[in-house]
Parts: sequence; structure tokens; C-alpha cells
Amino acid sequence: MTRNRVIGTSVKRREDPDLITGRGRYTDDLTRPGMLHLAIVRSPYAHAVVGRIDATRALEVPGVVAVYTAADLEASGIPGVVPTAWLLPDLKTPPHPLLAKDRVRYVGDGVALVVADSRYSARDGADLVEVDYEPLQGVSNPRKATEAGAPQLFDEAPGNIAFDWELGDAEATDRAFEGAATVAKVALRNNRLIPHAVEPRAALAEWDRSAGSVTIHMTSQNPHVHRLLMSLASLGLPEHKIRIVAPEVGGGFGSKIHHYPDEALAAWCAMQLDRPVKWTATRSETNMTDAHGRDHVTEAEIALDEDGRIVGLRANTWAAMGAYLSTFAPAVPTYLHGTLLSGQYAIPAIHVHVFGVFTSTTPVDAYRGAGRPEATYIVERLLDRAADETGLDAAEIRRRNFVPPDAFPFQTQVALAYDSGNYAPALDRALEMAGYDDLLAEQSRRRADGDGPLLGVGLSSYIEACGIAPSQVVGSLGAQAGLWESAKIRVHPTGSVTVYTGSSAHGQGHETTFSQIVAEKLGLDVDQVDVVHGDTREVQFGMGTYGSRSAAVGGSAIVTGLDKVIAKGRRIAAHMLEAATEDVVFEDGAFQVKGVPDRAKAWGEVVLAAYLAHDLPEEMEPGLEATSFYNPSNFTYPFGTHVAVVEIDRETGVVRLVRYVAVDDVGNVINPMIVDGQIHGGIAQGVGQALWEEAVYDDDGQLLTGTMLDYALPRAHNLPSYELDRTVTPCPHNPLGVKGVGEAGAIASPAAVVNAVVDALFHLGVRHLDMPLTPEKVWRAMKEGGRS
Amino acid sequence: MVPSAFDFHRAGSVDEAIELLGRLPDAKLLAGGHSLIPMMKLRLAQPGAVIDIGRIQELSGVCRDGDVVSVGALTRHGEIAASEELRASCPLLAEAAGKIGDPAVRNRGTLGGNIAHADPASDLPAVLIAVGAVVHLAGPEGRRQVAARDFFVDLLTTALDPAEVITRVDFPVAAPGTGQAYLKHEHPASGYAVVGAAASVTLSGGRCTAASLAFNGISAVPHAADEVVSGLVGGTLDDASLASVSSLLSVRDPLGDVHASGEYRVELARVYGRRALASARDRASG
Repeated sequence: MTRNRVIGTSVKRREDPDLITGRGRYTDDLTRPGMLHLAIVRSPYAHAVVGRIDATRALEVPGVVAVYTAADLEASGIPGVVPTAWLLPDLKTPPHPLLAKDRVRYVGDGVALVVADSRYSARDGADLVEVDYEPLQGVSNPRKATEAGAPQLFDEAPGNIAFDWELGDAEATDRAFEGAATVAKVALRNNRLIPHAVEPRAALAEWDRSAGSVTIHMTSQNPHVHRLLMSLASLGLPEHKIRIVAPEVGGGFGSKIHHYPDEALAAWCAMQLDRPVKWTATRSETNMTDAHGRDHVTEAEIALDEDGRIVGLRANTWAAMGAYLSTFAPAVPTYLHGTLLSGQYAIPAIHVHVFGVFTSTTPVDAYRGAGRPEATYIVERLLDRAADETGLDAAEIRRRNFVPPDAFPFQTQVALAYDSGNYAPALDRALEMAGYDDLLAEQSRRRADGDGPLLGVGLSSYIEACGIAPSQVVGSLGAQAGLWESAKIRVHPTGSVTVYTGSSAHGQGHETTFSQIVAEKLGLDVDQVDVVHGDTREVQFGMGTYGSRSAAVGGSAIVTGLDKVIAKGRRIAAHMLEAATEDVVFEDGAFQVKGVPDRAKAWGEVVLAAYLAHDLPEEMEPGLEATSFYNPSNFTYPFGTHVAVVEIDRETGVVRLVRYVAVDDVGNVINPMIVDGQIHGGIAQGVGQALWEEAVYDDDGQLLTGTMLDYALPRAHNLPSYELDRTVTPCPHNPLGVKGVGEAGAIASPAAVVNAVVDALFHLGVRHLDMPLTPEKVWRAMKEGGRS
Repeated sequence: MVPSAFDFHRAGSVDEAIELLGRLPDAKLLAGGHSLIPMMKLRLAQPGAVIDIGRIQELSGVCRDGDVVSVGALTRHGEIAASEELRASCPLLAEAAGKIGDPAVRNRGTLGGNIAHADPASDLPAVLIAVGAVVHLAGPEGRRQVAARDFFVDLLTTALDPAEVITRVDFPVAAPGTGQAYLKHEHPASGYAVVGAAASVTLSGGRCTAASLAFNGISAVPHAADEVVSGLVGGTLDDASLASVSSLLSVRDPLGDVHASGEYRVELARVYGRRALASARDRASG
């Protein structure tokens, strides 16, 4: 009898009973005797010279213990910066100090610290620190920032250019455009987004003076990465003297990957004062200081032959870096963006040119999808524009240009080699579910009758590079880290298992998914498996959770660790069964001699034997435990087609998303419910970008949408019930055949929605609109048609 | 929430609240806390004292007396939306109250707190104007009444004197043959009204005998659109006539923000005004 499979079933999330009954412990829930509170004085100016800082009145506030400035940090002799960890050639890397010293460069840049015995006193004190600012002109638009006469943020970065990066064959692309039958263009803005994790960033730092070590509980997606950067660049303590713990973490979407000044400042204060210090961001502080996403200005064009086949594509992008280079910022608009511009298509010539630009705004870094939504948006807008210009149907032009299934592995013209794929079935299934032909007929009817809201249908056939990442590859591209993952499998004498993973979860459900992997491989119940993550003292090492990497890289590390444990088990079982190791197989929770089911030892017997060590094979160590470091050989390439259906009020321009169909191929699926949940959330975020969300700065860099009264997040009542399906093309190069799903929805959906809205307005002459598609923008486009 | 320091008082009666307001410098009344608390959280409001009036029983409830229905200042939006009495006698108020925020907000926020704050994007002010409500105030000098049109003075500013308390608002009971409607274009972030159109029409024998229309969201104080409805009395309120009068809307200094410019708000108001009048007409006929 074969036991039921665990992988592929919707095991309920083990995390949820605590989280939904208020028993989850987040960083801000933690308190310590004698704990102090940190408030950070932040610049109200986007760009200013910092003069005298007077703490006299702040120090008079009852409960205020200390006020510090950049001078105090310097005097303490710490390295005192937050570095970028991705170095492109000729990257300009002006230092990002923990506190601004002479100049502030965005609204929210920290200038002083107030530590007090209560949160209230700290905030009162912060309000009373007097800072003399001499305001300078700021600049928020990344393209304008490169123009002559723009305010200059750093002497070492003339024209505000942090990097000037190209990929692809410019000459071949020029030739392709010269000989093309059709060229279609789009000039677009990929709107700046604010992450909005439900839990704001927070840190609780404790200094152990005797040990000379600091423990920081903090909101982290990657505690070991934070420890490394804290050690090398911020605090100067040896790595082993820093312990980072991520307790429950309430979402991140990338914003809790990055290393910011604030958590390091809390640690520094704790070290100065020899008392625990807590810092918790307010929501407004979060919106000002969490790294934002996107913010590209792009001009792109696509060239086609007489048959509607793509012969070339090029894009020029000005990508905002914000005021300083955040942790992975330089990689996002380059290696996570330019490399994806082939989409699902066989494009013989591609060239992309990206300027990374300093602007007097909050730093920009990876946010759910990170570069890949921007690339998908360009490619899928261009496909629709190409359909406009050639007169081909939007589905047909995609199908005609897909990389054919027999062409894998497929080497694109922008560095990536797609390992596997089969694109047409996902498109066909999505069209079938949507009732594509009927929708188009209904659209024509409404246009002709002038009756009912305008109807639009938008497609997005996306690809992403996930499972980040093969270490040698990213190393050659500038990453200052390897992007493998680790796992330790500790089998307890009674047969239950604890897994220590470097993939630190913050809402994804790793404890459930990873337990399923272990249960499946060892023939255990999910309840017999514990998953430990998020503590640098418990976990060997880890690169964290982002880039849809946890299953593909973290899960694979667990599998390779399990393989080691099983291999040792087989040797022990063979010894017990007096058989050759190669004749012993592990199946359905038992070691048995191949073809002789009654010559078998149960999992528990073998594990116990390993610990008793009364009779082990010669020279074998007792115990059963294995550590594995898994380095992927390639990225994974999830893909799919999404279809958005919108209705537009002809009088007001209000867009209503009435249906949303998503067919995704994320490879093998471990937990369908969790995978669907990821798709749901991703779609909501992408629809949010398309219709509502935008971090708006005025030209000088004042943030005009700094609170949730101004920044519009998607709400449940704005969204339809999604219609989902999957195709399954397993990843060929990892042991689970999984590809990753965390970002797919957010990558695919902005293009689907914008394509749908432009489709609805096509007969009025509209060919492009920039996100977010606010009612007013749509209303003006309807009024002005092709003139917009 | 990390507000600046304040003293907290709880008033047991209206008289005590008035006495405290007169005595304490920089004092603010706290009712449902859905306008004051967010301002304190952002430290945009830093009152020296907060006087909680949330437990004064006499300020709460709905009570009809002849052709007037009185709603206590502390009555929650949720109670108003669910009140059978108001759904019959002033359906416009019940409908608008049901469109404020979400259930949590409606279960805390109060009528008095809402209008005292006088946020131009709030949902209730235009309703008060459209139906001709009367606001009752109590202060150190005694009690007085202010017509809704005179109550809203400017952005976040009312006719309320510093030591006065709103006690109730009187709404005329809708005459037979009256239909009312509140239509709202929600702000995508805040849920407040970018435009909120409050319409009331009375029909008799197929002819309009009374019509009123007021807007939230488009100007610093709610806009009473007399220029739109003045020509409707005596007519049949057919679609063509509603379309024709809706273009007469005229707003000086319309509000605007990153989500909706003044020009667009006025255009939205024309559309929502027309639709609200049509819906009110249909309800009156039905």
C-alpha cells in the first residue's frame, strides 16, 4: 500500500491558529525590563543643508534620556553606513550614513535620535529637537534629474547618474528596426509604489556588555543578511557578536529585505546606554522610509516583419534610485528587468539601456516582483501596441511569437536561458475560461449601441525569473552575496524531525509547506515536523525569503538534506538487515530490501538505532542529522497568461474590474491553497498598481501621499472573485520541480489591467495611458481621445 | 498612536461638558473619536484636554415628534443607517450614514462629531442641507438653533462657539410623495466623498412640488445647488429636463487633490447630481 501523498495537498496553514487568534508575537509585542524607546528626528525637506542641531529643549522633556546626532555616531568610531550589496561596473556609491550629517536628501532622512523611557516622551522630545535647515531645490522625476540644470545630489555622481547600464546587441537591434515592416512604440511611466506591509518595521536591541554582543529582534526577511551588513558596515561588531531574530513578521513584499539605518541605530543606542532600546515605525514613518518600488520612465519600441513576427525590441529606462542606493537597488532595474525583456517571445534582437538615477526621494529597491513587473509591463504593452499597428488580434500576435515548446532550453538575447516552458496552452486555457470571443463580440455590440459601460479585455502573457539565484551567475553580475540556501535536518531519536531553514518566512506559510516536503520524503505526518527559521543563533546560515525563492531554493536545500539523512539511514538499515546498502530502498516510511517487503526496518527503528549506536556500521558516527547548502544551477521561469475584463463608466471614467482570469504555470505545486493565496494577493497588488496606487511627489520631492488617507490601496470590495487555473511544466533542474509563485500575480496583472482599459477606449483613439488609471485620467482620455 | 500629552475628563451631562469646555484651555470634545483621534495621532491636533462626552445618555437616540424627527448628537452612523424610523421619515440621512466608512467606523462615529468636524468630504453635511435640517446647540449662554445652511462656515469650521455642544439635529419628516437618494464617488484611499450628491424631490400628480440637491466634496462647505433645482418645480422631472438642469451646476473654487482635480469634481457632480435626482424621482414615483 502506498500512503497518501502530502505534496500537492492543501494542508491547512499550521501558522494560522496563532496568528488569527492574536497569539502571534511580533517585534513590537516584545518588552524588556528597563527598555527605552527610540524616536528618530526626520527631515521635512527633500533636499537641504543641515546646520545647527539644538537638543536643549528636547533634553528638558521628562523621560528623555539622550539625544544623539551624526557627530555622536562618528565619535563612537563605528563604520556607520548602510551599503548597497550589488555593485554594477562604474556604480557611483556615495556613502549612506546612518544619520545625515551635512545634507539631507529626502523627506524622512534621519538627522537626530531621541531616546526616552516611553514612546510618548521620545516623540515629544523628537518634536522639540531644533534643526536649522537651509532648503535646496529637490528633484523627484528620474528623467528630469539627469537634465542639465537639475539639482545635484552628490558631487561624485554628476547628472545624478548612479549607473549607465546596457544589455543586448545595439547594432543588431538597429538593423532589425531598419528592415522592419511595422514599428510600434510606447512611452510610459511605471508608477512608484509604497509597500505597505501590515506590520511596520521595528527593532528591539539588547546589549550584553559582558559578552560584547548585541541581540536584535527585528522585522527581517533575511536575518543573516542583516547580520552581515550590520557587522561589516554599520556597527563594526564581529558577526558572531550579533544575533538577529525575526519573530513573527507581518509581511514585507521586499521592504524587509533591505538594510536600513533605523534598526542599526536602535542597536547603537542600546550599546551606548547599556539598556534595551526599541524602535517601531509609525505608519507615516514607514511610508517615508521603507524602500519604495518601481518608478521608471521608459521609452520602448518593437519591430515586426510582414507576418507579425517580432524582429527587434529596444527600451530606454530612467530608473529612480531615490536618495541613496538601497541594498539591492542597482540589480532591480538591470539584471531583474533588462534580462526579462524577451518575455515569452522569440525575439532575435534586443537592446536595453538603463540609467539608474539619484532623486531626492525615498530610496527605491525590490518590491514584490522587483524589475520583472516593469519588464512585463513594457513587453506586454508593446505586444498590444504591435497588435494595434499590425491589425492582428492581441491573442494571435502573442501566440505567433511564443518561444515554441521544442526550443527549450531557450537562450534569449538578454542573457537568460529559459530552462523549460510551454506557453500556448496557458494562453488557450485563459482565453477559454474568459470566453474571449464572446467578450469581444459584446464589446463591439456595446460600442455600436452606445449602451452600457464600455467593455475592455486585456491579456498579459508574462514570464519571470525566480528561484533567485545561481550564486556564480549573480556573483559575476555584481552581487556581493551568494544566493544559495541552507537547511539542517535534525532527526530526533524518536523519529520526529526539526528542520532549520535559512529561508525566513514572513507570512508565506513555510512552516506548512516545508513540513509537507519532509513528511512526504520521510513518510511522516506533518505534525511530526517542526520548522525553525528566523534566528541567526539557531539557523546555520541563510539568504532569506524574496524573489520567489523559498520553495525552489530553500525547499531544494531541505530535499538535499533529507537525501543525506536517508542515505545514512539506508546504510544503517542495510547493516541491520544484513544486506548491501545498494539493495536497500526507502519507501513509504520504511527501509526494505529491494523486492523483499518483509525484510524491512521501519523509520523509527533505524533512527533509534542511529542514536543508540549499539551496533552501527564500522566507523559510522552516531546520530542522524544533515546540513545541506543548495546552490541552484539556473533561475526558474514561471509563466502564464492573465486576462482582465473591465467596464468603464462612459460619463465618469470610473473603471471597474469585473472579471480576472489567471492561468499560471509555477511548476509542481506543494500546497495548492497556499499557491492560490499567493496568486490572489499578487493580483490584488498588481491591480492596485494599475488602478489606484501611486507615491506622488511634487517636483521638489515632497511626498504628497504619505498616509493611507492619500495613498490608495486595493480593497476587497474593489476586486472580483478571481478565476484561476494552472498548467504544470516542472522545473527540470531542481529536485522538487517547483518554480516559485510569490510574485507571479503582481508581475502579470498591471499589464493585463492597463491593456484592458486601453482596449475599452481603443475606438476613441486612445493608445496608451499611464498607471494608475484614475477615473479622472480615463475621463480626460475619453474626452480627448487620441489627442491625450 | 503616540499623541502629545493631554488631560482627560469625562462629562456626565451636557451642562458639565459646557462647564469643562469653558474652563479648560485648548479642550476638545471626544464623541466617537473618528475625526479627533486620527488628527491627534498625526499630532495635527494637540488639545490640552479631551472631554469625553461619549456616555451622556441624553445625547443619543432617534425620536419623532409630529413632522420632525430628532437625532441625538451622539447617535452612531450605524444606528442611523439601521433606524426604521429614519429609513421611513428621512431616508436620505439613513442612506448616507450607511455609506460612511466601514462597519467599524459606523459603529463608533457619531452624527454630532461628524458635522462638528465639518470635513468637506464627509457624507452627512450635504444631507443636512438638502433636507433643511436644524442643528441644536447648547452653551454657557443657553440653547440655540442654527439652520444647516448657516452651520457650515468654511473648511473644518462651523458656527459652533468654542464652549458650545451640539445636542441634536432636527430633520423634517419627508412629505408624502417624496423620494431621496445619496450617491457617492468614493475617494479610493480614504473612502470619503470625492463627490457626494444628496437629492430630495417631492412629486404630486406627476409634477414636482419640491426639489433640493446638495453636494459634499466639491467645495470647502457643502454646496447647495439651488441653481440646478430651482427650475424643476412644476415640471415632470423627465430625463431630458434633469440632464438639462444638471449642467447649470456652478461651483466657485472647487476642491482638488492628486486623485481628482476641481474641474473633474465639478463634472462628476453634474453626473452624480443628475443620477441622484433621477433616483430620487424614481423612488418618489415608486
